[in-house]
Amino acid sequence: MSAKKLNLKDKYRLLTRDLDWEYSYADRKKAFPYEEFEGIKITDWSKWEDPFRLTMDAYWKYQAEKEKKLYAIFDAFAQNNGHLNVTDARYVNAIKIFLTGVSPLEYQAYQGYAHVGRQFGGAGARVACQMQSIDELRHVQTQIHAMSHYNKYFDGFQDWTHMHDRVWYLSVPKSFFDDARSAGPFEFLIAISFSFEYVLTNLLFVPFMSGAAHNGDMATCTFGFSAQSDEARHMTLGLEIIKFLLEQHEDNVPIVQKWIDKWFWRGTRLLSIVAMMMDYMLPNKVMSWKEAWEVYFEEAGGALFKDLARYGIRMPKFVETTEKEKEHISHQAWWIFYNYGHAAGFHTWIPSDEEMDWLSEKYPDTFDKYYRPRWELAKKMEAEGKRFYSQALPQLCTTCQIPMGFTEMDDPTQIAYRSSDYEGEKYHFCSDGCKHIFDQEPEKYVQSWLPVHQIYQGNCGGASVEEVLRDYYKLNLGADNLDIKGSPDEQRWKEWKGVA
Amino acid sequence: MSKVYIALQDNDESRYIIEAIEEDNPDATVIHHPAMIRIENENSLIVKRETVEEKMGRDWNVQELHLNLITLGGNVDEDDDQLSLSWNV
Repeated sequence: MSAKKLNLKDKYRLLTRDLDWEYSYADRKKAFPYEEFEGIKITDWSKWEDPFRLTMDAYWKYQAEKEKKLYAIFDAFAQNNGHLNVTDARYVNAIKIFLTGVSPLEYQAYQGYAHVGRQFGGAGARVACQMQSIDELRHVQTQIHAMSHYNKYFDGFQDWTHMHDRVWYLSVPKSFFDDARSAGPFEFLIAISFSFEYVLTNLLFVPFMSGAAHNGDMATCTFGFSAQSDEARHMTLGLEIIKFLLEQHEDNVPIVQKWIDKWFWRGTRLLSIVAMMMDYMLPNKVMSWKEAWEVYFEEAGGALFKDLARYGIRMPKFVETTEKEKEHISHQAWWIFYNYGHAAGFHTWIPSDEEMDWLSEKYPDTFDKYYRPRWELAKKMEAEGKRFYSQALPQLCTTCQIPMGFTEMDDPTQIAYRSSDYEGEKYHFCSDGCKHIFDQEPEKYVQSWLPVHQIYQGNCGGASVEEVLRDYYKLNLGADNLDIKGSPDEQRWKEWKGVA
Repeated sequence: MSKVYIALQDNDESRYIIEAIEEDNPDATVIHHPAMIRIENENSLIVKRETVEEKMGRDWNVQELHLNLITLGGNVDEDDDQLSLSWNV
């Protein structure tokens, strides 16, 4: 007990080096069977370093403190009827998307890191994956706890795991993670630790959570920031992982670049849902999607890729398309959901006049020209009692699984269509990025479980859309779906607030 | 030139950490958002244990930063005395 206190570097070295052992009687290749097939070459696992040098004792200590703080706030939120303090009942619909679309991804991340954490030959990498796996489990649990309060007062929260596995738009996030988890362990790390955590999740967890605070949602803001405090560690690891792979062997560079290209584009498509949450679903605005993209991707990501240039890594493919898309994507995504509001597990609405003015101000080059006229038409039709819901099932992009509603970025009046032929079948895509991803691995994507195809093949129950929604998705029709206007959510909100 | 950044939850502890960062990085820019404070600087930023301890008036472990940390950008290096963020240029 009289030994002098170890410093951080020594403690970390003991954990990640001295806990490992040489294989004397077992075949190392059999112990780590997935380590080579992707073509990644590791010459020295001991070069793997967690820059935070987090050891297990420190990990448990600080995570426990985070949890105590977080649950104190959940208690306070529930005890003080925190749901009454949000800006507007519309806001809660963004949280429904979060619970059904994002929280299950935390669970997928937990499973994914538990898996790859077993598969790496280096102890440093295994420890990092183990911690991240536990973090992700914490995230899904805290998110369920936080949002269970809303489930007592609002529709659409009741069956989120079932919905995640079946509902058409939720196949977008689900298939993203299925794609990553069915890849090899190194691709998984580039997909999730690097492209998703380092390059993209800031856009979900930072400006959106600040927006939750700005809309009076103490519980969501707090779980978001608490999760993001782990993500800061994950992001840092993501960057270290990529540097590690690039420094291990020059043959790794083109493989890593290919994965960056793929997962950057997969991620931007996934984030189109967050884009519409930011621009259309937060009654009190913090920043526009375009501004968030500029700060968190163009500026932060730009700095990152400049830093990686010395390894021979360039900006992801199709990055120039995203420079144009930031002007359009949120408007096009919300329009898709407005058209299919009868088939969604949350409510839709037409932006108010003040919100449209805000959008004009934030999108001076595009909103008034392309998108305001649509909303004015929708408003007019609604006033005439002709609220229009698209009845035909949309064609989906085989890669991202989003309905083909995005346009050519140089002509926002023309829907973008791309296609590829593979073994006598034609496959459809929303963009050059999604087509490129398919063309790299067609044998993987031909197996995609596309919700619309499955409905038409009769694998989702009944013959009508209503039967699919009610019986297969388990939506409470008339309560979970359709516009917020006239919904039970809106009616209850008005009663609580004492307005007619 | 590239910017590194760090964002902390807007709370009583972070206030002292921000004060320390401002003192040790006089050119850094502090930006207030709802519930969070973001500090950015050209190329590098340093959080020193000694300065934070002075502001807080108590012992402070650099790893405690994790409790209030929201996000950061840049290459991280942390030891017992400081956390630094930097880009290689």
